[in-house]
Amino acid sequence: MCLAIPGKLISITAELDETFRQGKVSFGGITKEVNLSMIPEAKLGDYVLVHVGVAIGIVDEEEAQQTFEYLKQMGEVDEITHSEKIISNQ
Amino acid sequence: MKYLSEYRDPELVKQYLEQIHHITTKPWKLMEICGGQTHSLVKNGIIDMLPKEITMVHGPGCPVCVTAVSIIDEAVYLAQQANVIICSFGDMLRVPGSHKNLLEAKAEGADVRILYSPLEAVQLAKENPDKEIVFFAVGFETTAPANALSIVQAHKSGIKNYSILASHVLVPPAMEALLSDEENQIDAFLAAGHVCTIMGMEEYFPIAEKYQTPIVITGFEPVDLLQGILMAVQQLENGEYKVENQYTRYVQREGNRLAKQTMNEVFEVSDRMWRGIGNIPQSGYEVNEHYKQYNSRIKFSLNLPVAEENKECISGDIMKGLKKPFQCPNFGKACKPEHPLGAPMVSSEGACAAYYHYASVQQPEEAL
Repeated sequence: MCLAIPGKLISITAELDETFRQGKVSFGGITKEVNLSMIPEAKLGDYVLVHVGVAIGIVDEEEAQQTFEYLKQMGEVDEITHSEKIISNQ
Repeated sequence: MKYLSEYRDPELVKQYLEQIHHITTKPWKLMEICGGQTHSLVKNGIIDMLPKEITMVHGPGCPVCVTAVSIIDEAVYLAQQANVIICSFGDMLRVPGSHKNLLEAKAEGADVRILYSPLEAVQLAKENPDKEIVFFAVGFETTAPANALSIVQAHKSGIKNYSILASHVLVPPAMEALLSDEENQIDAFLAAGHVCTIMGMEEYFPIAEKYQTPIVITGFEPVDLLQGILMAVQQLENGEYKVENQYTRYVQREGNRLAKQTMNEVFEVSDRMWRGIGNIPQSGYEVNEHYKQYNSRIKFSLNLPVAEENKECISGDIMKGLKKPFQCPNFGKACKPEHPLGAPMVSSEGACAAYYHYASVQQPEEAL
């Protein structure tokens, strides 16, 4: 029910006022008309998160990497704590 | 698809699982709030791969599942009125009311339609000026902005034949209701990612502090869920109780300002009856006084008797994390997706339906 899917904003199809915009979003090739009122800052090419026909967020591309690096960072922290332990034991 | 498939990478899944196994030393009970997360956990077999010390219990975050019988009765009543077209998301049609569901009302001639978006309902109202269009607006905070936007659009366009039957529920009051229950066994929460895309993180700090319970805002793909579980277990093992954000690609601390503004424009916080749990004060949204002409309950002077919940369905215990679906004597027997006794067997995000469809989930022997 709270399912929301990321897709690429490929065109703006209507712009009634500064907040009310509508655009076409491509979900891996399937396009759908989406309301953009909640994300006025979205630009063409941005990946937006769409729920029941309304875009509710824009993907933060930098943060999207975080999940891939988290384990590595955890490993580094582990190593630091581990070496600190060795040092304090010595 | 970009931003989906990379979070389903089997190698990364393996690495996260290894790390979870590595750090887990004690038994922990984690609850994922959202039905979408339940579906993903069960479908991807993640529950089977976790250390035996970790038990995932499935929270009340399936709006279809928690919609009270009385509200289904209201929807069926409206569907039966002359000149009314009632629209909703597909799952709502098969949820049992006290006498019948919307699908049965449709079979008897009511005009019931499945829509993808409430904005389509406004369009339907524009195209059918001689009909009353009712949108059965269920959902958590994720869906509330779209439903609110439909009313703002109808109002701006001077559309008068549109209203919503609101069955909106809110996550934080439900979490508090679960944590303050004397039977509570939940050690940590995975909070619902898309709810937080809208609402942000602020509401969760006082809850984590008051109940000394870790809360990790988590996404829906296998890697997201495993990272969320890892973060929660790490906190538990360290004796911490912080609010953390796993889903940083979509969740900012302040949420989506415009979405919240739209909801606040149209809705007010109200008490709400949850199926299987009962009344939770200040746990829902109702259309406010200013937009009352768009509130179906006022427009159609609804005043139906409060209906009783089906006593054969143990959905309350399941959504409180006290029981698993296969511990219900009716699971897969008297209660199946084709003829559900309760809503968790209806929605694909309901815990019972997820267990029924992806039955590889191990049934512990003592539960059989």
